Amino acid sequence: MDWLKVFSAILIVGWIIFIWPRAKYWLKNSPKAQQGDWQAAIVPIALVVGFVILLIMMV
Amino acid sequence: MNRLDFTATRSVESALTTNKLIKNTYMLLSGTLVWSALMAIVSMAIAPSPMISLGTSLGALALLWFVLPRAANSANGLWVVFAVTGMLGFGLGPTLNYYIALSNGSQIVATAFGGTGIIFLGLSGYALSTKRDFSFMGGFIFAGMLVVLVASLAGLFLNIPGLHLAISAVVILLMSGYILFETSQMVNGGQTNYIMATVSLYLAILNIFTSLLHLLGALGGDD
Repeated sequence: MDWLKVFSAILIVGWIIFIWPRAKYWLKNSPKAQQGDWQAAIVPIALVVGFVILLIMMV
Repeated sequence: MNRLDFTATRSVESALTTNKLIKNTYMLLSGTLVWSALMAIVSMAIAPSPMISLGTSLGALALLWFVLPRAANSANGLWVVFAVTGMLGFGLGPTLNYYIALSNGSQIVATAFGGTGIIFLGLSGYALSTKRDFSFMGGFIFAGMLVVLVASLAGLFLNIPGLHLAISAVVILLMSGYILFETSQMVNGGQTNYIMATVSLYLAILNIFTSLLHLLGALGGDD
């Protein structure tokens, strides 16, 4: 048996249990996005994507 | 005091509280990042087995889970934060040693390090300057994290080509969104505890760094 995989699985399951209550809370209580909200979030994240591609090309 | 004065006083107090929260968070965050980097250097020098590295990560998770929520409102919370970030930094050692051993390894690690810093400063600065409330992203981000964790669990036992790279790419997107979310929570009053804010931002930075390392190692130039 690969114990490294078993312990990694335990760690991941631990994180899932840790995040679960927060995920449940935010899925229930997230306010609705107003007009332009998603755009304001997607633009900087798209810049991050471009930046990561640039870094990959640089290395 | 009339209503106008009262409202003005309250908004000044609220702005001062927010500024103090942001200042304390960034100061503690820089301290934990330096501490974490030192622990990673120690771990690289000692070169512990991956099992020990995994053990420290499990220990950090246990502290986050059982100790931090009780200590976050007292000065003891600072010790817990440094313990958590030190353990997570120590856990990075074997991963860093693996990448450093590649022919362009030091370039990969330095690029991931600098890239993570630029991404964090850019996104956090953006969220601070726009003052927009990004809490609408909460459900999406946390649901995304759960999906990523389940996919990572599947990836441990199923040999799906490209899955780990896809996970790393998605983690960078989610953590970028999370930095916007958490920073706007601080600005708009959703987060009032600088210890919890520091841990949240630290975890986002750590995840971006390891995912970037993974992507640069797999997709970047020659090795």
